[in-house]
Amino acid sequence: MASLGAVINHHSCWVPHFTDHHPQSPSNPIHHFLRNPDAISSSNNTTPFASNRFNYTEAGRRLDSIGDTTDDTGVLNFPGGKVKFTPEMEFVSPSSTERIRCYRVLDDNGQPITNHNFVQISEEVAVKMYSDMATLQVMDTIFYEAQRQGRISFYLTTIGEEAINIASAAALHFDDLIFPQYREPGVLLWRGFTLQEFANQCFGNEADYGKGRQMPIHYGSNKHNYITVSSTIATQLPHAVGAAYALKMDGRDACTVTYFGDGGTSEGDFHAALNFAAVMEAPVIFICRNNGWAISTPVSDQFRSDGIAVRGQAYGVHSIRVDGNDALAMFSAVEAARRIAINEQKPILIEALTYRAGHHSTSDDSTKYRPAEEIEWWRIEQDPVSRFRKWIEANGWWSDEAEYKHRTTIRKQLLDAIQVAEKSKKPPIAEMFADVYDVPPSNLFEQERSLRETIQRHPQDFPPDFPF
Amino acid sequence: MLGIVRQRIARQGINASGMRIQSLVCASRDYSSAAKEMTVRDALNSALDEEMSADPKVFLMGEEVGEYQGAYKISKGLLDKYGPERVRDTPITEAGFTGIGVGAAYYGLKPVIEFMTFNFSMQAIDHIINSAAKSNYMSAGQISVPIVFRGPNGAAAGVGAQHSQCYAAWYSSCPGLKVLAPYSSEDARGLLKAAIRDPDPVIFLENELLYGESFPVSAEVFDSSFCLPIGKAKIEREGKDVTITAFSKMVGYSLKAAEILAKEGISAEVINLRSIRPLDRAAINASVRKTNRLVTVEEGFPQHGVGAEICASVVEDSFEYLDAPVERIAGADVPMPYAANLERMAVPQIEDIVRAAKRACYRSVPMAATA
Ligand SMILES: Cc1ncc(C[n+]2csc(CCOP(=O)(O)OP(=O)(O)O)c2C)c(N)n1
Ligand SMILES: [Mg+2]
Repeated sequence: MASLGAVINHHSCWVPHFTDHHPQSPSNPIHHFLRNPDAISSSNNTTPFASNRFNYTEAGRRLDSIGDTTDDTGVLNFPGGKVKFTPEMEFVSPSSTERIRCYRVLDDNGQPITNHNFVQISEEVAVKMYSDMATLQVMDTIFYEAQRQGRISFYLTTIGEEAINIASAAALHFDDLIFPQYREPGVLLWRGFTLQEFANQCFGNEADYGKGRQMPIHYGSNKHNYITVSSTIATQLPHAVGAAYALKMDGRDACTVTYFGDGGTSEGDFHAALNFAAVMEAPVIFICRNNGWAISTPVSDQFRSDGIAVRGQAYGVHSIRVDGNDALAMFSAVEAARRIAINEQKPILIEALTYRAGHHSTSDDSTKYRPAEEIEWWRIEQDPVSRFRKWIEANGWWSDEAEYKHRTTIRKQLLDAIQVAEKSKKPPIAEMFADVYDVPPSNLFEQERSLRETIQRHPQDFPPDFPF
Repeated sequence: MLGIVRQRIARQGINASGMRIQSLVCASRDYSSAAKEMTVRDALNSALDEEMSADPKVFLMGEEVGEYQGAYKISKGLLDKYGPERVRDTPITEAGFTGIGVGAAYYGLKPVIEFMTFNFSMQAIDHIINSAAKSNYMSAGQISVPIVFRGPNGAAAGVGAQHSQCYAAWYSSCPGLKVLAPYSSEDARGLLKAAIRDPDPVIFLENELLYGESFPVSAEVFDSSFCLPIGKAKIEREGKDVTITAFSKMVGYSLKAAEILAKEGISAEVINLRSIRPLDRAAINASVRKTNRLVTVEEGFPQHGVGAEICASVVEDSFEYLDAPVERIAGADVPMPYAANLERMAVPQIEDIVRAAKRACYRSVPMAATA
C-alpha cells in the first residue's frame, strides 16, 4: 500500500519552527545541489564517497558563526570554532526560564487554535487516520483480553498514543524505514499490516513472519519497511542512524525513523545515536514518545532536563516539542521533519508529549504507583482519538453511524483473526534451526536429526500435536 | 530433546595436569531437618533485608527496585524500611548504574546491583569485566570491589531470545569474579548473604521461575547469622550409580529425574553446584569416583558451557574412574524461540535427564542409536 501521506504535500508557505539556535536557518538551501547531478563533479570532493550527499558543508561552519570577528582579541580561535571571551563568570543555567513550548493546533475540543499553522490534509487521509486510530483501540482491547484469558503470553497496549502512531505514519512515505521501540504498532497498521498478520505474530504460529521466534508484539515486516522490534531498550536508535547513513550513501529519497520512550533516552545508545546522527548528517527522524512513565519510573526520576527536545539542541540536532495527542500537529511536524531530513540531509528530533494511558504491559498494574485520577484525566479528557474525531466530524467527514460501523466491523474481523491464528499450526521443528546462520552449519543439521530421532524413539516424552 | 549434546570422551586421553584430588570434601551441611517452608523470593528478600540492617554500607540499586519493589518483588518493603538513599531507583541506564555501583564499591560501599534480567547486563558488561573483575588485581590489592550483581538469569517462559539466555558460562570464564547460582530457598538465603559479605565482585544468578517456589527450611537457615560457603557444592540426593550435576532450576529437574530413575532401579546422585566459579571440582570428582558415571545438566548453550568445564575437570582428574562416556545436557544451540512448542524443545526436560542417565548406565538401547 502506498503511503497516503505522499499525495498531500499541498501546503506551501508553512515553515516549521524547529528549535534552532544556529544562524543558519532550516531553510539553508543545501538541498539545491543534492538533486543536481553536476554537483558531484563540480564540488571538490575530498570525502571518501563520490556522492554529493557527503559534502559536510555545514560542519564546522556553524560553530564559527558568532558574527563578524574583525576584533580578534575578544575571540578564542578554538579548533571547534571561534568562541567569544567574557569577563563575566557565569555558569550556564541548568534550565532556561521558560520551558520549550509545545506545538499544538487542535485544542482539547478538537477545534483549530486561532493562527494555527498546520499542513492541510485531505478527507481521504483524515478519515484513514481516524479509522486506523480507532482500529488500534479495538485491537488493544481485544488482544489485551486474549492475554488475560491466557491465550497469548504477553501484550502491551498503545492506549493514549494512537495519534503519535498513526499521524506520524501518515506523514511518512512507505520507503521510510521504521526502527520501532514497541509501542508503535500503528505505523505497521497504517502501512497495511493486516489484523490477521498482527494476530499471527501474537500467537507465534506458522504464518507469523517471525516464525514464532519472538514474543508477542515484537512485530516486524520487511515488506512494510518495519524492522522487527527488539526487546532491549534503545538499541534501535544507533541502528536507525546506521541505516540512515546507508540511505545517504545510496542517495535515496527516504529517511529512517526511530521511535522510543522517555525511558529509552537514558540509555547510552540514545546519546550515541544523536551525536553520531549530527556528525554524520544522517537523514533520520528521532520520535520520542514522552509519555511520562517508564514502567513505574516517572520522568522526574528519569532525567532533570527540560524533557528531551533540549538534548537535541545540545547535540546540534533540529528539535521540536509537539503535543503528541494532537494528530494534526503531529502530522505537520513529522511531515516537515521529513522534508528537512531528506532535503538537508540532517537528523531531526521530535519530542511528542503524551501519556501512557494504559498499564506498561500485561505484567503491570499501574494503579499501584500512580493516581487513578491522573490516568482517568488523560484517558478521557486528553484522549487523542476523540479529539481528532471531533475535528473530522466538524469537517463533516465522520458520523456516529460511521463510527458504529467501523468499530463493529473491526471487532468482528479481529475476533475472527484471533480464532484463525489460534487454530493455525505452530511452527514446525525445522524452524527451530533455520536462520541461526544464513547457511545452517553441519552441527545444526546434526542437532535436528538427533531431535527427530529422539522424538520418534520416545514419542511419549513429547507433546502429541507437535508439527513434525 | 534437542538440548542434548552427546559428549564422548576419548579413551586414550591423558590427564594433562596429573593432579589428583586428595581431599574429597563434602560440600554442604545437611539442613534437611526442616519444618517450615519459604519461597525463594522471601529468602532473597530476607537476606537483603538482614544484610542491609547489619551493615549500613550495603545498598540496593537498579531499575524499579524501590517504588515498584523490584520487577519480581524481590525488594519488597525495603524502600519503606531503608529509604530512597539505600534503595535507589535508577534511570534506564544499565551501563550507568553498573559503573556507578563499581565506583561506590571502590570507595567503600557495598552495592547490590539488580538487573531486571541478566540479559540486560549485556548493556553494562564492560564495567563488570573490565572494571569490577580486574581492579583488585590491577591495583595490586589497593582497590577492592565488594559488589553483588544479581537478577534473574536464563530461560523464563515465553519471553524469547533477548530475555532467555543463561550467562553462567560467560561470567564464570572471567577471573576476578565469583559466580553463584542458587536453587532452593536455603541456597538463596545463604548464598546471597555470603555474596554481600564477600570482598570480591559476585555475580548472583537467580531464576525467575523459581522465585515463587517454596522449599522446606530448617531453623538454622532462618537465623540471621546463616551463611553458605562460596565455592562449595551440595549433594542434594545421594546415590551410587550415576552422578548428575546441575545448578539453579535444573537441580529441581535432576531431582525429579532421580526419582524416576530410582523406580527403575538406578540410584542417581544429584549435585547442586551452587557456585559456578569457584567450581567445586573436589565434590564433583569425589562423586564421579563413587558412581563412575556423569551426566551434566544446564540450560545454557552447549559450546564452552558449564558442562564442558565439568567434563574437562573429570577427564583430567578422574578419567580412569569413568565407566561410560560423560553425557552433557544443555540448551539447544540456537537463540531461544518464542513459540511454546519450539521453546520446550530448546531447553532440557526431565525426560532428557532420565534418558541420558540410563544411557550412562547402559540401561537403554545400544550406543549407536543416539538419544
Ligand atoms: C536494556 C533494557 N533495560 C531494561 C528493560 C526493561 N524495560 C522494558 S520497557 C521499560 C521501560 C521503557 O520506558 P519508555 O522508554 O519510557 O517506554 P514506554 O514503555 O513508556 O513506551 C524497561 C525498563 C529493557 N527491555 N531493556
Ligand atoms: Mg515512557
